[in-house]
Amino acid sequence: MKKILALLLAGLMVFALAACGTPAEPAETEETETTEATEATETAASGDTIVIGVYEPLSGDNGAGGKQETLGMQYANSITPTVDINGTTYNVKLEVADNESSNDKAVSAASTLIAKGPSVILGSYGSGVSIAASDTFGAAGIPAIGVTCTNPQVTDGNSHYFRICFLDPFQGTVLANFAKDELGASTVYCLGQLGNDYDQGLINYFKQAAEGLGMTVITDSFPEGNSDFNSYLSNAKNQGAEVIFAPTSISYAQMIVDQAAAQGITMPLLAGDTWDSNVVLAATQGKDVTVYVTTFYAEGGDVDFENGFKDWINGDSTNLANNGGDDMIAAVSVMGYDAYYVALEALKAAGSADPADVLAALPGVTYTGVSGEIAFNDIGDAIRDTAFVKQANTSDNVWDFVKVQSVAE
Amino acid sequence: MSAWISANLPYLLAGISVGGQYALIAIGYTMVYGILRLINFAHGDVFMVAGLIMVYATASLPIYISVILVVVATVLLGVVIEKVAYKPLRSAPRMSVMISAIGVSYLLQNCALYFTGGLPQVYPNIPFLSKVVQVGPATTKMVTIVTPILTLVLVFALVALIKYTKVGMAMRAVSRDFETSELMGIKINNVISMTFVIGCFLAAVGSLLYFTNYNSVIPTSGAMPGLKAFVAAVFGGIGSVPGAVIGAFIIGICENIIKGLGWTVFSDAFTFVLLIVILLVKPTGIFGEKATDKV
Repeated sequence: MKKILALLLAGLMVFALAACGTPAEPAETEETETTEATEATETAASGDTIVIGVYEPLSGDNGAGGKQETLGMQYANSITPTVDINGTTYNVKLEVADNESSNDKAVSAASTLIAKGPSVILGSYGSGVSIAASDTFGAAGIPAIGVTCTNPQVTDGNSHYFRICFLDPFQGTVLANFAKDELGASTVYCLGQLGNDYDQGLINYFKQAAEGLGMTVITDSFPEGNSDFNSYLSNAKNQGAEVIFAPTSISYAQMIVDQAAAQGITMPLLAGDTWDSNVVLAATQGKDVTVYVTTFYAEGGDVDFENGFKDWINGDSTNLANNGGDDMIAAVSVMGYDAYYVALEALKAAGSADPADVLAALPGVTYTGVSGEIAFNDIGDAIRDTAFVKQANTSDNVWDFVKVQSVAE
Repeated sequence: MSAWISANLPYLLAGISVGGQYALIAIGYTMVYGILRLINFAHGDVFMVAGLIMVYATASLPIYISVILVVVATVLLGVVIEKVAYKPLRSAPRMSVMISAIGVSYLLQNCALYFTGGLPQVYPNIPFLSKVVQVGPATTKMVTIVTPILTLVLVFALVALIKYTKVGMAMRAVSRDFETSELMGIKINNVISMTFVIGCFLAAVGSLLYFTNYNSVIPTSGAMPGLKAFVAAVFGGIGSVPGAVIGAFIIGICENIIKGLGWTVFSDAFTFVLLIVILLVKPTGIFGEKATDKV
């Protein structure tokens, strides 16, 4: 009797697990949907399929940003699902692999992706995972195009990683200039996550630039999984900081903003491209905080693109959920969109779907995207010299454009 | 002097507040250990699930009904876990139950990952608790003040329950000797269920306070607080309720003082160094019972 009961309960638990699937299905369903869609057109065009790998964090600390970046690519794929190479029309299929925002999951996610035979790989959001997977892509001879990973080490010292965004030395300098010129700061408190390549890298470049401008910089780090920022914020206050620079992941950003507001900290919070997210913006609503970010794209840059993207987001509840529940356009989505077209340009220039040909063709690819001109330098980085500064509007739930900041070398 | 206070008060406030939240979780660990000699590793994750239930409940229900729902659902979850994962193993070696507890912990985390799609969930504002208040020269949330008071009230109520009620007496008896108390006619299963009810009730209250302070819930949110509460329980003497509470406050306050001294990187390391030191120096903790050898 007892055994039957135990079995029954075990059965129930398995059933409950299976039932978990229905309410919040993440990207997988969507992926299969697009697959179905491409398969439908495939029979019509009777061409072959080219796979573009999407290597992004869909869960973990960077899950929100990774999903938005992937949305940009999926939107681009929904508009241009085919590519013409030497007169033949190929269908383009996106294969998504989740690196879980974690450096130790990066390699296995990369291997999974490679097994699907991509011609080129796009991603990732987050520099750490890109650096961790770089060798795996390199060994397989597959070129990768970084979308918003800003750490120099991603493309440095290898020939297969390219990137379409600006770099941290540039972004750090922009932020330091902004802190001095616009915010009038003389002491800045920097806070980053321990062992996070993006946080620590950007803080390091910021520090170099800021000290060059005569500012005092205090740096501090918090361990992964930390949720109590009160003491860090008190440290900033007690050490006489006038600006807090905290280029962290979105999930920490949310808590930092909330706790700063609760502690009555009115000094400006400054961050890099990661904070340009509707999740962070939502955390600032109705609170007495000042948040500035630098980013790749400012709303209003391309109205046609924005309207199309918003319609597409609103037309599908999964997309809407992946975008954080509203139709605000994240700069990373714009970058994802541009990255997809850069990949198509590379395929066209290569004249084949062979990764080796794409790799050979990539350095010469140029493209004018929604986010501006994209051309690669010797290292494989995009040549970019402007960043947009935005401020969180705490009552209207929008980012207010502040200025275009560029650095005179 | 006043400048010194205004500079350091925020650390103390944060420490007391986080200490109270650890205490509410630590009681769950210590009571289950006292009765079953089981370290319930799933307890931190029950705490996280309580946070997620709140997030989803407030999406469609008014806030105060959600609060009640969170408490009820968390208690139910705890009892169900005990019935399904621990009770069938009661006669098995103790290690099997422990392994089952670790299994439950990962099951809860991964279910949470599935439900949330891996995205951090923003915890709703509980109007009274999230109100910003002025404490002397420092500004903080209402929850910072409410936490220690509520924790102490609940602990006194719990100690009274253990000391003066019939079920409390049964709990004490069961914790002393499992078999004998069964022979004396104590309904073991009811006592154990009651232990899980109390433990999970406190974890649910703890999650309401904790996530109001740190308003983001991720599937691993329960891991760190759970681990620290466990250290607090060991530090105070596992099995002892007042010990767990005092241990939790000490850990919470020390952590924040260390952060204030500028050694932010070491604040977590401190907690675990403390665990090792206490196990080496006084394995039974501050209030632990002396182990008696029954030869």
